[in-house]
Amino acid sequence: MSSLKRIVLDVLKPHHPNALDFASAIADENSGCRVTVTVTEVDERTESTVVVIEGDDIPYQEIVGIITRLGGSVHSIDEVEVSNVPGRSKRRPE
Amino acid sequence: MLERINFLFRLGHAHKIARRYFVTNGFDGALTMLGLVTGFYTSGNVALPVVINACLGAAIALTVSGLSSAYVSEAAEREQELLELEQALVHDLADTDHGHSARLAPLLVAAANGLAPLLIALVIISPLWLAQAGVVLPLPPLDASIALAFATLFLLGAFLGRVSGRYWLWSGVRTLFIAALTTAIILLIDN
Repeated sequence: MSSLKRIVLDVLKPHHPNALDFASAIADENSGCRVTVTVTEVDERTESTVVVIEGDDIPYQEIVGIITRLGGSVHSIDEVEVSNVPGRSKRRPE
Repeated sequence: MLERINFLFRLGHAHKIARRYFVTNGFDGALTMLGLVTGFYTSGNVALPVVINACLGAAIALTVSGLSSAYVSEAAEREQELLELEQALVHDLADTDHGHSARLAPLLVAAANGLAPLLIALVIISPLWLAQAGVVLPLPPLDASIALAFATLFLLGAFLGRVSGRYWLWSGVRTLFIAALTTAIILLIDN
C-alpha cells in the first residue's frame, strides 16, 4: 500500500495565524511530520503560501481539514512524493 | 480547552482589545465613584445606606451599559471583518477558527468592559460596607473611599504605563492628577 511521503500545497490563508502559528498548528496535530510554510505573496487581507509537508505517512485529508479550520484554502497540489512500502502492498504475489 | 480558547482570543486580538476596554471603563467606574463619594462628602451627614445604594446603582448601570454596548459594537465589527475576510478568501469561514473567534471575542470584550467598573466600584465602596457592618476603620468611611478611589486610579495609570512601555510612576501620577482635578472641580462647585 502506498504512503504519502511529501506533498507541496499552494494555500491561500488569512494573515492570522501567521506562518509560524500556521505551521505549528499543522505539525502539532501530526506527529512525525515536518512542515515548511513559505509566504510567496502578501495582499491586504490574505497571504499566498507554499506549504511543504514531509513525513512517513502523511494524512492528507486531515491536513486539509486543519488548513481549512485555520481559515486557509488549498488551491492546488503542486508536488507529491508517494512511496510503496514493501510488505504493505495490496497486491499479493501469485 | 483553555489553550484552544486562548488561541481563538489571540487570533482575533481579543485580549488586547479587552485590556483596553477594561482600563477605559474601569477608569470611568473609578471616576464616577470618586465623583459620587466626593459629592456625598461635601453634602455632609448623609446616611451610609444612602451612599452605598447610590454608588451601587451607578456601578450596576455602568456594568449593564458596558456589557451591552461593548457586545453590540464588537459583534458588529467582528461580523464585518469576517465578511471582508470571506470575500478576500472566497470561502465561508463560519466553521473555521476565524468564525469561532468572531463569535467568542465580543463575549470577552463585553465581560471586560462590563465587569471592570463593577469590580472597581466594589473596591472603592468597600469601606462604606465595612463601616456599616461595624468594622472600625483608621479613616472615616467616606475619606477611606476617596483614598481608595485615588489609589485605584493611580494603579490603573501605572498599569497603562507598563502596557505602553512608559515609566509606570509617571503614568500613575498623571491619572492621579486627573483624579485630583475632578475632586477639586466637585469641591469648588459644591462650595
